[in-house]
Amino acid sequence: MLTVRDLRVSVENKEIIKGLSLEIRPGEVHAIMGLNGAGKSTLANTIAGRDDYEVTAGSIEFDGKDIKDLEPHERVGEGLFLGFQYPVEIPGVSNLNFMRTALNSVRRYRGEEDMSAAEFMKLVRVKAAELKMDLDMLKRFVNVGFSGGEKKRNEMVQMAVLNPKLAVLDETDSGLDIDALKVVADGINAQRNNDTAILLITHYQRLLDYVQPDVVHVMIDGKIVKSGGKELAAELEEKGYADVA
Amino acid sequence: MAGTQETREQVAEITGEYKYGFVTDVEMDMAPKGLSEDIVRFISAKKEEPEWLLNWRLKAYRAWLKMDEPDWAKVNYPKIDYNDTYFYAAPKSQDKPKSLDEVDPELLRVYEKLGIPLAEQEVLAGVEGARKIAVDAVFDSVSVATTFREELKKAGVIFMSISEAVHEYPDLIKKYMGTVVPQRDNYFAALNCAVFSDGTFVYIPKGVRCPMELSTYFRINAENTGQFERTLIIAEEGSYVSYLEGCTAPMRDENQLHAAVVELVALDDAEIKYSTVQNWYPGDKDGKGGIYNFVTKRALCKGKNSKVSWTQVETGSAVTWKYPSCVLAGEGSVGEFYSVAVTNNLQQADTGTKMIHMAPNTRSTIISKGISAGRSQNCYRGLVKVLSGAENVRNYTQCDSLLVSSTSAAHTVPYIEVKNPTAQIEHEATTSKISEDQLFYCRARGLGEEEAVAMIVNGFCKEVMQHLPMEFAVEAQKLLGISLEGSVG
Repeated sequence: MLTVRDLRVSVENKEIIKGLSLEIRPGEVHAIMGLNGAGKSTLANTIAGRDDYEVTAGSIEFDGKDIKDLEPHERVGEGLFLGFQYPVEIPGVSNLNFMRTALNSVRRYRGEEDMSAAEFMKLVRVKAAELKMDLDMLKRFVNVGFSGGEKKRNEMVQMAVLNPKLAVLDETDSGLDIDALKVVADGINAQRNNDTAILLITHYQRLLDYVQPDVVHVMIDGKIVKSGGKELAAELEEKGYADVA
Repeated sequence: MAGTQETREQVAEITGEYKYGFVTDVEMDMAPKGLSEDIVRFISAKKEEPEWLLNWRLKAYRAWLKMDEPDWAKVNYPKIDYNDTYFYAAPKSQDKPKSLDEVDPELLRVYEKLGIPLAEQEVLAGVEGARKIAVDAVFDSVSVATTFREELKKAGVIFMSISEAVHEYPDLIKKYMGTVVPQRDNYFAALNCAVFSDGTFVYIPKGVRCPMELSTYFRINAENTGQFERTLIIAEEGSYVSYLEGCTAPMRDENQLHAAVVELVALDDAEIKYSTVQNWYPGDKDGKGGIYNFVTKRALCKGKNSKVSWTQVETGSAVTWKYPSCVLAGEGSVGEFYSVAVTNNLQQADTGTKMIHMAPNTRSTIISKGISAGRSQNCYRGLVKVLSGAENVRNYTQCDSLLVSSTSAAHTVPYIEVKNPTAQIEHEATTSKISEDQLFYCRARGLGEEEAVAMIVNGFCKEVMQHLPMEFAVEAQKLLGISLEGSVG
């Protein structure tokens, strides 16, 4: 599903990712753990195609296709989703309008017809109910005045509506109380199936109590230094990064 | 390099250069270039005007000769050669069509391209419960088609070209024309008074709620033709009317002058809602061509508790100089101004409003949203004035500017003159750059870069857009997107 080979990434001429390889197959959940500054968010932004994240070497293949030169929205069209650490406020744009525009942009990229307003409402109601989101929140402006937990819940609803093949969730668990954390975990688990892969980026083991990863990677200074099963997360928690690496 | 040229053209086509840039081949009836008393007489004679109107025009012309072109606005343009401009052009084809069938099909095709299917609207009118829009389509200088006239007539509403009104309702015209915007008000208004070609007259009788939205699509077509429209709307006691003006012009290399005058009069308890969607040709990427839009729009809230609301979405023209204003002369009257002004490439806009509070308990609201992209200049200029006899006046002003590019500029120039201590005046202003985070967030949800900009800008303008009549809000939203194409980066 996602194959990253010997990736090097610079931001403003400073190398952040220094030769990273990663292979995620359909249906797998991977967690990348690491301290602040290890390059985790840089990896997420690079996969999503953000400007100013310059790939200086290596490749990113998604579904057998080199996506390195695709625009961010084209990557979304291919089936990629990025969950934000800090979801952004867009005043004046209702959540519903935002999601519908996003979904129809993706459908158009795939050569599909726009989804009708009625059909879209049906879909979004189901997804919002599954994630216990108030319908009122759908009518409010995107993330404006949302609490930290509400913002992350909103990310999960957007993910569910867009139904990606690979979701990269960048510290989606940070700053959440235990109830909100469970909602996020429910969202991830609902999305988890044989076709969808998930890449969790986190520096706490906490989320992994609710979402069982297939593979855990430890990232230090722009590289993956160790990979293992879910027991690696517990080991990290216990011994700290220095000793595990 | 023919191939490169072709590619450029294809790209231009795809990225949606000015969509309405086409020229209609209709035989024109033109006055010789230049301006003189003879030209004024020629125009008046062409329109078979009564003596009093000719004299009115000549008086304005003589006043204009002694006036100077204003230079205080934050706009730059080469000096206009008034002797190199046509002051009258009319399509030759028709003598006063009685119905759409009699209208030159070439003209109807123009409106179809603009998305105003007149014929279809007539069909729609037959649908029960459907909201109706009457269109008085202005092709260059002469109104060529008026729909729904019969139905309006039943309600007692008069909706016709101003030249017709001069003949049919001379008393109303004499009573009101030039009372809101006097002939000598400013240079361009005086010019308009001397040479105005045509325009729209609306009269809503006492207590009548106009049964449909009234709408005029202006279109400037002939090369080097100044367009000098006059609009006069009178709302009698307790009446209501919503009026929309939409403007598009085909692509031309020469700059074209547009100097219109709009006068609104609201009597006791009357309400006028005036909405404008303006997307005239803004010139090309290098600032070549485009319309000069020098317009005087003013409303007189003459009666008690009368209300006038201006809503404008301005995306076109190379240079805009426009301040739709309200003179609040009736006690308890209300003035509102909701504005979105978008400038891209080398466009310049100096626009805003004037709220003149003359009477007690008058209120005004100003919401202005300026969006600057490319290398454009966007200036809000507004005046809130409270006269000494006006007790308990309230005004709220909010001016927000959004910069889409780092090479564009936003300016805010508010003037506040208060001569009564009981007034409550609030002014808020913000300027911000479109945020990279917002853009990336939208793009990471599947929106293309331009789609993302359009969405963020539409959100920014929400408070203004919601004041547009429903039929036009969607169109205006699309227009914002089109106007900002190619603005990113």
